[in-house]
Amino acid sequence: MPQRYALAAAALTLWACSTIAAADETKPSVARGRDIFMKVGCYHCHGTHGQGSGAGLKLAPDPLPTEAIAQFIRATTSTMPAYSEHILSDSQIADIAAYLGSIPAARSPDAIPALKSSSQHVKPQR
Amino acid sequence: MASQNVDRRNFLSKVAVASSAAAIPTVHAAEPANKTLPATEARRLAPPSVAQLAADTGEARPQLPASATDCGSDFMVDVIKTLNIDYIFSNPGSSFLGLHESIVNYGGNKSPEFITCMHEESSAAMANGYYKASGRPASILCHGTVGLQHASMALYNAWCDRVPLIAILGNTLDSTKRAGANDWRHSAQDPAAIVRDFTKWDDQPISLQAFAESMVQGYKISTTPPMEPIVLVADSQLQEMELVSRSGLSIPKLSPTLPPQGDAGALREAAQFLVAAERPVILADRLARTAEGMRLLVQLAETLNAPVVDLTSRQNMPTTHHLYQNAQNRKLVAQADVILGLEVTDFWGQINQFNRIDDSSSPRMKPGTKLIRIGVNDLYMKSNYQDFQRYAAVDLSIAGDGETTLPALIDAVKSAMSDNRKLSLAPRAEVYRKMYAENYEAARQAAAFGWDASPISTARLCMELWQQIKTEDWALVSVGASEGFISNWPHRLWHIDRHYQYLGYGAGGGVGYGLPAAVGAALANKALGRMSVNIQCDGDFMYANGALWTAAHHRIPLLTVMHNNRAYAQETMLLQGIANQRNRGVTTAKIGTAIEDPNIDYAKLAHGMGVWAEGPITDPKDLAPAIKRAIGVVKQGLPALIDVVTQSR
Ligand code: HEC
Repeated sequence: MPQRYALAAAALTLWACSTIAAADETKPSVARGRDIFMKVGCYHCHGTHGQGSGAGLKLAPDPLPTEAIAQFIRATTSTMPAYSEHILSDSQIADIAAYLGSIPAARSPDAIPALKSSSQHVKPQR
Repeated sequence: MASQNVDRRNFLSKVAVASSAAAIPTVHAAEPANKTLPATEARRLAPPSVAQLAADTGEARPQLPASATDCGSDFMVDVIKTLNIDYIFSNPGSSFLGLHESIVNYGGNKSPEFITCMHEESSAAMANGYYKASGRPASILCHGTVGLQHASMALYNAWCDRVPLIAILGNTLDSTKRAGANDWRHSAQDPAAIVRDFTKWDDQPISLQAFAESMVQGYKISTTPPMEPIVLVADSQLQEMELVSRSGLSIPKLSPTLPPQGDAGALREAAQFLVAAERPVILADRLARTAEGMRLLVQLAETLNAPVVDLTSRQNMPTTHHLYQNAQNRKLVAQADVILGLEVTDFWGQINQFNRIDDSSSPRMKPGTKLIRIGVNDLYMKSNYQDFQRYAAVDLSIAGDGETTLPALIDAVKSAMSDNRKLSLAPRAEVYRKMYAENYEAARQAAAFGWDASPISTARLCMELWQQIKTEDWALVSVGASEGFISNWPHRLWHIDRHYQYLGYGAGGGVGYGLPAAVGAALANKALGRMSVNIQCDGDFMYANGALWTAAHHRIPLLTVMHNNRAYAQETMLLQGIANQRNRGVTTAKIGTAIEDPNIDYAKLAHGMGVWAEGPITDPKDLAPAIKRAIGVVKQGLPALIDVVTQSR
């Protein structure tokens, strides 16, 4: 299986890959970033607001710097599928970073009744 | 079969048969209607009876003579009654008409009661859920051919989940007694063959006495760990035979097998490892069948001051206990010097990391970690389906039922523990208390992210729900195929401290488990006065939504909250991953995995089946009031559904 993927990947890198519409090289845009975040499927694992889930870490609020995001998603980890420059350009990553940076801080759980009361009921010892 | 004096058609044509085998009751048959004419001729001349009409259409409609007061299937019901089987989950079918009629009339439709299901897969999933909520095995009744083929997936889930279940199949073995084309299609030489790889035992008894013995034997086999489904064929001829006398028939008493306890010497050795360990970890999976199982695990963990990772096929450890350390699973395993696995099926998977990208694997634990395994895994005995999992080379493997073995293990640990050792282990408790508080706080903080998002976050869905049920005697009866689909919020933040408050998931990964298993469990909880809650994935719902009608029809209180992410979201993620890897088409992961265009209106579907429902809810502010209204309905003893449009996970 891995060999097959490697061959497919090698063949494809020689070929003009289908990336989503190349972003213009102007400055990063929150609206475009949100759109890309949805289109290339970041939200499946990280949630539409980058809030994180059992399948992907929290990305926002307080996202990593753009370079760190780029570095991370280019590299293959065991649990997150990497996005190479063939399928996601650097400027698109910058757009995503702009979107993540625009997400407002979360409310404190203590300000949320359904989360507050649970802390009051913690009974670590039986 | 020749000695089997059972002939369904004989009841119709009143042809005499003689009795032979001593063990079989005398079967009286009335005089033939017209001795001089061959049966076919007589039939041609007589006006068509209901039975004949039915037979001509290919469906057998046997009738006992009016004078008959007892029949084979009445006896079968008496056999079933001795086993205290509360319910038979079934979709009606002609190959078990006799038994169906005996259950509802002769048996008074009580113990067992016939529960009307809309699919045999639902029947088996309901029986599964019923057992896990009540601890009492239930039965399903279906055609040995078309019904069993439908039921097979849910039987596989039950098999992987070690759930006892008695599947009774209708069949007509004697080919000369099949009324028409459908009887032929609905008959098989060996009906159980298609599920034999994932059921523990089966039989096709050819006399009523053999039925009685096989039923009791099958029940015993099914309920002996490793508990698994069994299959018993109830031949239509046996069901429909007239019984003039029951002399010679007897129902053997059930002598349940006491579950095996691990070897005492081996447990002493295990105890020494555990007591000497500086960083022991306990992994528990299908361990606690009862409240006692949970109590014993807590006792073991407290005696050792060892953290527990609950793998959640059952609720083994209270999530409220400081030694409940699921959040630290990977870290604890990586640092462990002794790992004890209690009824862990996939032990290899717990101690190794598998990398999907290049199919490589590496150990999660450090070299030299001692591995101890206690459970009934090695008493597994089928090879085709691979749910026995990858071989794990452990240091001490003890065959024994986990819950049954715990008292002896605890005693062995106490004996191996000197007073000094006890003192030196005590400070661990503080370490884990602190860790527990940190885990909980981290989860609480994480739940706040995306709290106001639409689609609604799974954290919000779970916590708004828990907020309103926590003062009840509640039970989360189903989360479908995996609690991971809702990011494990219940185990991260709910206070689950009773073994029945969480029942695991569809163990074989067969989609369509969630709703019917929830309905079966809710039926059990109805009698136990517990409020049943089901978090229902949309993809799973569409496999078996007829189960909602069963809940409405039988007045089964169940709160179903849809986790409607409008996708087979797990597959979306996997497809995204492989497309990335192949460097192409990364915007197409929703093709074939999204459940959109049109969106499904689950509330409308529920209304159509007579179930109170609201939704789709997209504004998170609307969620809590809807849950409140739904709980009001459930408290009246009825099912209710709320459709909530959610994040992927
Ligand atoms: C199939 C699921 C999946 C998808 C799709 C996915 N991620 Fe991830 N992501 C993960 C997981 C899992 C991790 C954690 C990986 C680890 O710890 O090794 C992660 C980690 C990250 C991190 C590192 C976060 C940190 O704090 O260390 C960033 C940044 C990130 N993802 C961004 C993205 C972006 C941007 C996209 C879309 C272009 C994306 N991810 C798509 C699953 C996914």
